[in-house]
Amino acid sequence: MSEARLQRVKDQDRRLIEIIVDGWAMSAMEGDTVLVAILAQRQLLRDAPGEPVGAGFCLMGACQDCWVWQEDGRRIRACSTYAEPGMRIRTTWPDHLLAS
Amino acid sequence: MARSSARILIIGAGPAGLRAAEMLAEAGCSPTLIDEAPRIGGQIYRQPPRVPGFTRTAAELYGAAAERARDLFVTFDRIRNRIDYRPSSLVYDLIDNRVIVASEGKSEEVPFDALILATGAMDRIVPAPGWTLPGVYTVGAAQIALKHQGATIGKRVAFVGIGPLMFLAAHQYAKAGVAPVAVVVPSRFRSFAAAGLRLLQMPREFSLGLHWLLDLKRRGVPILFGHRLAQVLGEETVTGITVRRRGAERAIVCDAVAIGYGLQSETQLADLTGIRFAFDPARRQWLPESDPLGRATGRKDVYLAGDGAGMLGADAAEARGRLAAHALMTDLDISHVTYRPKADLETIARATQLQASLRAAFDLPADFFAAVSDETILCRCEQVPAGELRAIAGLMGAREMNRAKSYSRIGMGRCQGRMCGHAAAEILADKLGVSLDSVGRLRGQPPIKPVSVGTVAERKA
Amino acid sequence: MSARMSLKSDVLVIGGGIAGCATALQLARRGWKVTLLERDQAGVRASGVNFGGVRQNGRDLRELPIAMRARAMWDELPSLIGFDGEFRATGNLRLVSDEDRAVQLDNFFTAATKQGLGLVWLERAELRARYPWLSGKPLRGVLCPNDGHANPRLVGPAFAFAAQESGATIIEHAEITEGWYANATFQLRALDNRTFAAPVLVNCAGAWAGKIAGWFDEPVTLVPEIPQVQVTEPLPYRIEPVLGFVGGDFYLRQTLRGNILFGSGQGRATADALRSQPLPESMKRGAQIAIDFIPDLAHVPIIRTWTGVDGDTSDGVCVVGPSETHPGLFHAFGFNGHGFLLGPAVGAVVTELILDGGTSTDISGLAIDRFRPRRKASAAPARAQHPDEETEASAEENGAQSTDHCPVGVDQHKQAADSQDAAERDQDR
Ligand SMILES: Cc1cc2nc3c(=O)[nH]c(=O)nc-3n(C[C@H](O)[C@H](O)[C@H](O)COP(=O)(O)OP(=O)(O)OC[C@H]3O[C@@H](n4cnc5c(N)ncnc54)[C@H](O)[C@@H]3O)c2cc1C
Ligand code: FES
Repeated sequence: MSEARLQRVKDQDRRLIEIIVDGWAMSAMEGDTVLVAILAQRQLLRDAPGEPVGAGFCLMGACQDCWVWQEDGRRIRACSTYAEPGMRIRTTWPDHLLAS
Repeated sequence: MARSSARILIIGAGPAGLRAAEMLAEAGCSPTLIDEAPRIGGQIYRQPPRVPGFTRTAAELYGAAAERARDLFVTFDRIRNRIDYRPSSLVYDLIDNRVIVASEGKSEEVPFDALILATGAMDRIVPAPGWTLPGVYTVGAAQIALKHQGATIGKRVAFVGIGPLMFLAAHQYAKAGVAPVAVVVPSRFRSFAAAGLRLLQMPREFSLGLHWLLDLKRRGVPILFGHRLAQVLGEETVTGITVRRRGAERAIVCDAVAIGYGLQSETQLADLTGIRFAFDPARRQWLPESDPLGRATGRKDVYLAGDGAGMLGADAAEARGRLAAHALMTDLDISHVTYRPKADLETIARATQLQASLRAAFDLPADFFAAVSDETILCRCEQVPAGELRAIAGLMGAREMNRAKSYSRIGMGRCQGRMCGHAAAEILADKLGVSLDSVGRLRGQPPIKPVSVGTVAERKA
Repeated sequence: MSARMSLKSDVLVIGGGIAGCATALQLARRGWKVTLLERDQAGVRASGVNFGGVRQNGRDLRELPIAMRARAMWDELPSLIGFDGEFRATGNLRLVSDEDRAVQLDNFFTAATKQGLGLVWLERAELRARYPWLSGKPLRGVLCPNDGHANPRLVGPAFAFAAQESGATIIEHAEITEGWYANATFQLRALDNRTFAAPVLVNCAGAWAGKIAGWFDEPVTLVPEIPQVQVTEPLPYRIEPVLGFVGGDFYLRQTLRGNILFGSGQGRATADALRSQPLPESMKRGAQIAIDFIPDLAHVPIIRTWTGVDGDTSDGVCVVGPSETHPGLFHAFGFNGHGFLLGPAVGAVVTELILDGGTSTDISGLAIDRFRPRRKASAAPARAQHPDEETEASAEENGAQSTDHCPVGVDQHKQAADSQDAAERDQDR
C-alpha cells in the first residue's frame, strides 16, 4: 500500500513541505494539491468504513470522490485544496464523529 | 441610458467568462467574476499554482493553444483591477437575482442584475465493470494532473474513450515520458477515417489531430479502434484492463486508466435559474436554451456562454463570451465599443461544424449502453449497479429520470448525478425502448456541490 | 370532445397520495370498485417527498387516536404494500431547551400517557448519557420509543402500486377541475373533459383539497406548507431517534444509508402549489439550528435539498371524516406536514366510514364542521348551481392568485400563518 499512485514527471524542483497524514509525517511539494501530495506516495485517499475506497476521479471538483478529513473534523476536497505545511489530514472518519 | 452601474455577475473564469469580463470591463462596467478555482483559465487553460518551481512555459503546458492561453492571461492582468474577481469561491445556490457563494468556510450572498453563466464542461462517462477502482480517472483528470501538478495518474496508463481531448491527453502523456500502454476507441476506424477526411476543410484542426495520432503511432502506442472496454481489472487498485472486439477479448496490463467519452455541459446552475432547457439530439443532452447571442430562454437577465451551454470547444467559448457580454450590454443599454458579432458567429459556426464532424468520427456502437452489464456500478457515489436501474425502469412511473432516481438512488449522492446522469438516462431510455429525450434529466438541487453545514450556517458580515 | 367517456365506480377518490391510495387499497381489498384520480403521478407529491418521520410523539391530542392506530399499521406494511417501506422503530425524541416550552412537553407527556402512548421522560443528564452527539442545549426530552422513520420515496408510490394490484383503478394525469352532486351521484370532470361519477367520493387531494371541499359547500382554507429538507453526505449510523423540537420548527433524522436529513423553515411554491423550491434562508436557518443541537454536524457537507407541499389547516389538525353537507362524501386532508404516519390508518378509517357506517377510531376531533364559516360578510359563497361559477368562487376563497408564475414566497406564507391561530404551532414532521 505504500506504493505511489501518481508519478511526478514535471516541475519537481519545488520547496518541500511536510504534512501529516493519518498521524504520519509525509513530505510534499509546495503547490501540491492534497490529492497529489498523498497519492504521490500512497495508493488511496480514502479508506473509511461505509465508504468505497477512493483515489479521486475527475480532479476538477465535479465527482466529489476525493473528500478527505482534517484532524479537526473539517472536510476538504483533496483535488481542489492545496496542501499547506503542517496540515493534518485523515483518510478516514474522525474518531469521535457523533460520538463525542 | 448607460447603466454601467448594473450589477453584472459572471460565473466561471474560463475562456468564455474571461472574454465576457474583458468586454464588460472595456465598456466601463465592473463585473463580478466568480470561480471555484484559485486561478483563472478554466479547465483548458488551467494554470499551475503560483509557486516557485513550476517552470513550464505556456508552450509546454498548452501546446498549440499556447498563444491563446497567453493572450487570455495577459487580458486578465489588464482588466484585473477593473473587475471584482473572486477566486476559490463556489457558487452553490442561486435563486431569483442572487447567488450564494462559499469561500473560506463562509457563505455570502451576491445579488445581480444580469448573469452570465460560463460554467464549462466535464467528461462524459460510460461505466464499465471496475471503473470505480482507485486508479481509474477521467481523461480530463489525467490531463489536469499533468498540466496543473506536473504529475501523471500512473506509470502505465491506458486511455479509453472518444474525442479529441483523449488523443491530446494521450499525446501529452507520451511527450511527458509516460507513453500510454494503449488508446482504446470504441468507434470504428472506418467512420473515424471517413469523417476525418471531411475535416480536411479545417486544416488547422486536421493537422493537429493527425499530429497527435502520428506521434502516438511513432512512439509505438497501440491505438485500438473498434475496441470496447470490457473490464477494469484489479482488486484494490487497477492492474489492467480487458478490451473486446467482436467477442474476442484481450488483456492489457496497466496501473491507471483514463476514461472519457467526450464532454458534457455543467448545467446545474442554469437549472436553478429556471430558464428553459431543450434536448439537443446531436449531443444527446438536455441543455439550457439560448438565442445565438446567448440570451437564455425564459429569463431576461440570464446569458449563457461557453461549453456550459453545449460543448463547442475553447475557441468558440471565447467567442460566446464576447457575444453574451455584447447581448447583455445591448439589452441594458450600456454603450460599448463597436463590436461586430460576425467574426465570432463564424467561429461558432465553424466550431459547430467541427463538433459535428467529430461526432461522426467518434460514433458509438448502437448497443453501447445496452451492453453495460447489470452488475456494473452505474452511480459511483451511491454504488448503484446498472441492473438496479433496469429493474425499476417503468415501474410505478419510473419512465423518467427523477422518478428513477427516487427509486434506485442513482444520482442521489455527492456529485448529484454529474458522473452517472448521462449514462443512466441512456440506459433507462434503452431499457424502456424510448427516445433519450423522453426520460428527461436529473434536476439540479442546491447546494449544487457539497458545502458544509457550518459554511451554510455562517454568513460573512 | 362531445363523446365523453364516463367512468362509473362505487367510489371515486381524488388524490393519489398516501391518504388516497391507502383508501383505494382498503376499499379494493374489500371488493369495492374504486377509481382513484390523480393529477400527476400517484405518490409523487407530499407522500413521496416528505421527511419520512413516523411520529405519534407530540401530536395534537385530537390526532392521537388515529395516529396510534396508524403506527400499529406500519408494522404490517409488508402485508399491506409488500415490503417494510424501510420503516424502523428507532424512536422519536422531542426536546425542549427552555422552561416555558417545557410546560408543553410536560402536558403532552401526561395526557398522551393517559391515552396509552408509551413515552419516556429524559432529563438533561440522561439525554447526554444516551445521546453523546447532542449538545448541552436541550433541557429535557420525551422519547416515544416505538415511533420511527421510513423511506417516503418508496412508500408513497408503493401504496399506489398496492392499490392497483388489489384491483383499484388508478388514473394518472387526470386533474379534476369540477365536481358537483346531482341525482345522488358525485360527478367529476377532468381538465381533459373526461367525466367520472359515483355515489361515494373521497377527497384526499392534499394541499389542494380545501378547494374541492368548497365544491360541496364546505370550503376549508389550506395554507401551503412547504417543508424544506437538507441532506448531508452519509455518515456512520449513530443518530437513532428522529429529533423534533417543541415550539421550534426543526427536525432531524439519520437514514439507514447514513445521510442526515434536517430541516427548518419553508421553501416556496408557485401560486398553484404545483412546484416548490428550496430557499437559501431556510437552508441557513436549518444549518444553524442543526449545529446548535449537534455540534459535530458543523463540518459535514450538505449534498442536496428538497421541498414538497402539504396543506395546513388553521388549527394544525387534519380533517378526516364524513362531509357535513353531502351524504357519501368523505374528506381526508389538511395534514399540516405530518400526514405520512397517518396514511395507512386514514385508508382504514375512511373505508370503515364508507362501508360500515362508522369506525372504532376516535376521530371526533377531526371533523370538518370545525371550519364551518362563522357568519361574516366575507363568508364563503353559497353554493352556486353552475359548476363553472363554483370553481371561480372557490379559487377566490383560497386566496389563489390568477397569475400563473407568481411565486408564493415565505412572506406570503407567513402572513397567512400569522392570521391563523395565534397559538404557537409546531412545524414538526
Ligand atoms: C417535505 C415534507 C416533509 C414532510 N415530513 C413528514 C414526516 O416526516 N412525517 C409525516 O408524518 N408527514 C410528513 N409530511 C407530510 C406528509 O407528507 C403529508 O401529510 C402526507 O403525505 C399527505 O398525504 P396526502 O395523500 O394527503 O397528500 P399528497 O401526497 O400531496 O397527495 C395528494 C394528491 O392529490 C392530487 N390532487 C390534488 N388535486 C387534484 C385534482 N384536482 N385532481 C386530481 N388530483 C389532484 C395531487 O396531485 C397529489 O398527488 C411532510 C411533507 C413534506 C412536503
Ligand atoms: S477528484 Fe473529482 S471532485 Fe476531486
